[in-house]
Amino acid sequence: MSTSTGEFFDNYMRRALFLPEQASTFAPAVDHLHYFVILTTFAGGAAVGLAALYFFIRYKKRAKSRPRNPKPLPLYIEAMFIGFPLSLFLLWFALGISLFQELTTAPDDAMQVYVTAKQWMWEFSYPEGPVSQGVLHVPVGRPVKLLMTSRDVIHSFYVPAFRTKRDVLPGRYTDLWFTAAAPGTYDVYCTQYCGTNHSYMRAQVVAMPQAEYDTWFRGQLRGLVRRDDASAPGSDGAGHSSTPLRDHGEAVAAAHGCFKCHSIDGTAHIGPTWLGMYGRHEVMSDGTKLVVDDPYMTESMMDPEAKIVAGYQPVMPSFQGKLTPFEVAALLEYIKSLDAPGLTARASPGPAYELR
Amino acid sequence: MSSADEVSYLFAQRGWRSWFFTQDHKRIALLYLIVVSLMLMLAGTFALLIRIELLTPDKTIMEAVTYNRFFTLHGVGMVWMFMIPAIPSVFGNFLLPLMLGAHDVAFPRLNLASWYVYVAGATIVICAMIAGGTDTGWTFYTPYSTTTPREVIPVLFGIFVIGFSSIMTSLNFIVTTHTLRAEGMGWMRMPLFVWAIYGTSVIQVLATPILGITLVLVALESWLGTGIFDPARGGDPVLFQHLFWFYSHPAVYIMVLPGMGVVSELMPTLCHRPPSSYRSIVYSTFGISAVGFLAWGHHMFVSGMSPVNAAFFGLASMLVAIFTAIKIFSWVSTMVDGQITFNAPMVYLLGFIFLMVFGGMTGVALATVGLDPHWHDTYFVVAHFHFIMAGPVLLAFLAALHFWFPKMFGKRYSERLSLMGATITFFGFFATFTPQFLLGNMGMPRRYYSYPPKFQWLHVASTMGATVLAAGLLLTLGTLLYALVWGERAASNPWDSRGFEWDTATPPPEHNYEVIPHIDRGPYEAAESGGARVG
Repeated sequence: MSTSTGEFFDNYMRRALFLPEQASTFAPAVDHLHYFVILTTFAGGAAVGLAALYFFIRYKKRAKSRPRNPKPLPLYIEAMFIGFPLSLFLLWFALGISLFQELTTAPDDAMQVYVTAKQWMWEFSYPEGPVSQGVLHVPVGRPVKLLMTSRDVIHSFYVPAFRTKRDVLPGRYTDLWFTAAAPGTYDVYCTQYCGTNHSYMRAQVVAMPQAEYDTWFRGQLRGLVRRDDASAPGSDGAGHSSTPLRDHGEAVAAAHGCFKCHSIDGTAHIGPTWLGMYGRHEVMSDGTKLVVDDPYMTESMMDPEAKIVAGYQPVMPSFQGKLTPFEVAALLEYIKSLDAPGLTARASPGPAYELR
Repeated sequence: MSSADEVSYLFAQRGWRSWFFTQDHKRIALLYLIVVSLMLMLAGTFALLIRIELLTPDKTIMEAVTYNRFFTLHGVGMVWMFMIPAIPSVFGNFLLPLMLGAHDVAFPRLNLASWYVYVAGATIVICAMIAGGTDTGWTFYTPYSTTTPREVIPVLFGIFVIGFSSIMTSLNFIVTTHTLRAEGMGWMRMPLFVWAIYGTSVIQVLATPILGITLVLVALESWLGTGIFDPARGGDPVLFQHLFWFYSHPAVYIMVLPGMGVVSELMPTLCHRPPSSYRSIVYSTFGISAVGFLAWGHHMFVSGMSPVNAAFFGLASMLVAIFTAIKIFSWVSTMVDGQITFNAPMVYLLGFIFLMVFGGMTGVALATVGLDPHWHDTYFVVAHFHFIMAGPVLLAFLAALHFWFPKMFGKRYSERLSLMGATITFFGFFATFTPQFLLGNMGMPRRYYSYPPKFQWLHVASTMGATVLAAGLLLTLGTLLYALVWGERAASNPWDSRGFEWDTATPPPEHNYEVIPHIDRGPYEAAESGGARVG
């Protein structure tokens, strides 16, 4: 099939099925599987329907019908009843699970944006400081990973044009990634029922070419500077910093006493050092291994005793309810900024009280 | 035959006490029929109000809060007060002892008690929802349900009570099936409807306690702040969804298996031949009952589930679908070499099969995990579960009501009017939900009071379909009520059925059989010797 025929078919099917434009890099793959699944559904449904219609007409009781001698089905037909749908569904499954893997696994080089959902609005925080409500600006062609959490009930972040969504949970971080394929403005809907104004909890993704995005972003940073001049630096009352997230994270860490146990220069202390922690391969006290990532760090703040790095004592208090989602995001950004490839490469040396 | 009315269960005893304190399974079935039909009308009215509100992108006739309450009422009413009890409590109750050759169910008093418990639960739910304005949707997801300013606990309590009614009825059916089969009726001679009711009862007894426990946990969370689901207290907000769907996914089969049983029973009867594969239907009922417990996670693919979990639940969902496919193939192949009669029940059966094919295949499409993120919580899902669950249950309920109407009331309904009613109902249903598949593809989220204008024309189309559906149902109701009062007397076996329930008089006498019959044939085989059968 030539490209133009393929494009024509793709366009035709997309319009016939009322699907929105394909604005993410994986949207075409989702749609192609969609076409295949729906076409086989129609073929299968039509086969069953036409068979039923034919049998109905052929075997309808008529005045002159003679008694027939119906027999039970032979075993091989019964086996086909199982075999035919099973092989079809297994094919769907194999195609679907690999697509799901792609939809849920963000590339390592994705740029990150923190998303906070609350009744009934969306807030987007960039690591460098800008915060925007209701509109998410992203560059076209660059993977974007959203790290999302909720301040109240469960929400769900859905961009129909990107063909993906993920629930946004209180007290937990979920992620969603995409690469915008074309410049444009795309609707964001909350799809997990969240109360009275659930249906008004909408936002927009504005995808712009990289150069335009850079200009926009510089403007945002300039705006921050101006706002800094206008009001006292630091918190705006809602916990929002007008400084880069990383710097805000440092202040949060100091305010909550994190440095009493965690060093930031690689020296041993009561807890593992934060220097080079992000991405480190750690062995847990139960022998399992994990890579320190956003979910693990978040879990350790909220439920510190769930997974303890081997050698350390379970002495950390929970910060559940003490840190706002924004502060958590800031802390994560701060820890990530403490980059030390040499230290990341090996597991924690152990706590200070074990070094004699 | 002229004295049949005097000996039938309908007139064997008179006075309101003889109805409200009856222990006759047939009278209890009629009590259920009345309440269940009222619940269908109530929940259906709310559906229509929702559809009217959605005619325009913003406010049409009600505010957002009211809209949210109405879809909650629609869901809770349809699921727990109509679909779950409808077929088992009415037709299971009426037919199980007749089909097994028994005088009554195993525990007649418990049977009556379960009706009262059901009525009490339904009353609590309705009063609580109207007075408390519950606005959580029928799924009660935490932490919304534990933090909403509206009252939730009284509704949960009502559902909890209804759950006991389900468990009592199911226990009764299980024991009846085990102990009261007439001599000669081995397990593989049981009518397929009995198998379906038996399978459903087993699921009910196993799954309903989970729902009860879950509802109690939500109530404790709201009252005492136990923190099981609240992340601010170290709880897990997704745990509720696991518990809820661990019940509510099997509950889908609780609703639809009895409907499948109706089709499995009527298809051979209306085709006048034995089923093409009795054992396929029976074994697939086992399969659904068992594997149905393993598929709950497919309601949660976008809740942050890992691909490994998603793969397991996706596979389990496909396996469940295979059993449904087996049933569909068996029903269709039963038509081969039959003598098919065309009437209202047959229209309902064909409609049932149509909805189940497309509802089932769109379900497997949703379980094709990579496609789920686009469709999840959109109108595609709404259309899917109405196609696979709501429509088939409704059509099977109406098929059963028409088919066994003569058996229950000894009257004939107008075939012409009922054919019209059945056709209009089916096309109304089809026209209501087909646009919703397309809305879902476009990205229209469910439970939206207000929506972008681009979705409007499909919403208008859907509402027009709902109006046709309502007209079909009203015509059907009128036809049956007319027949009840002015219908002609029914013949003793008007469908020329070989079902055991027709071996006794129509309508049956108070204790079904003067002498417990001896079963010497399969359920769909002709009697060996003529003359043994009535009619």
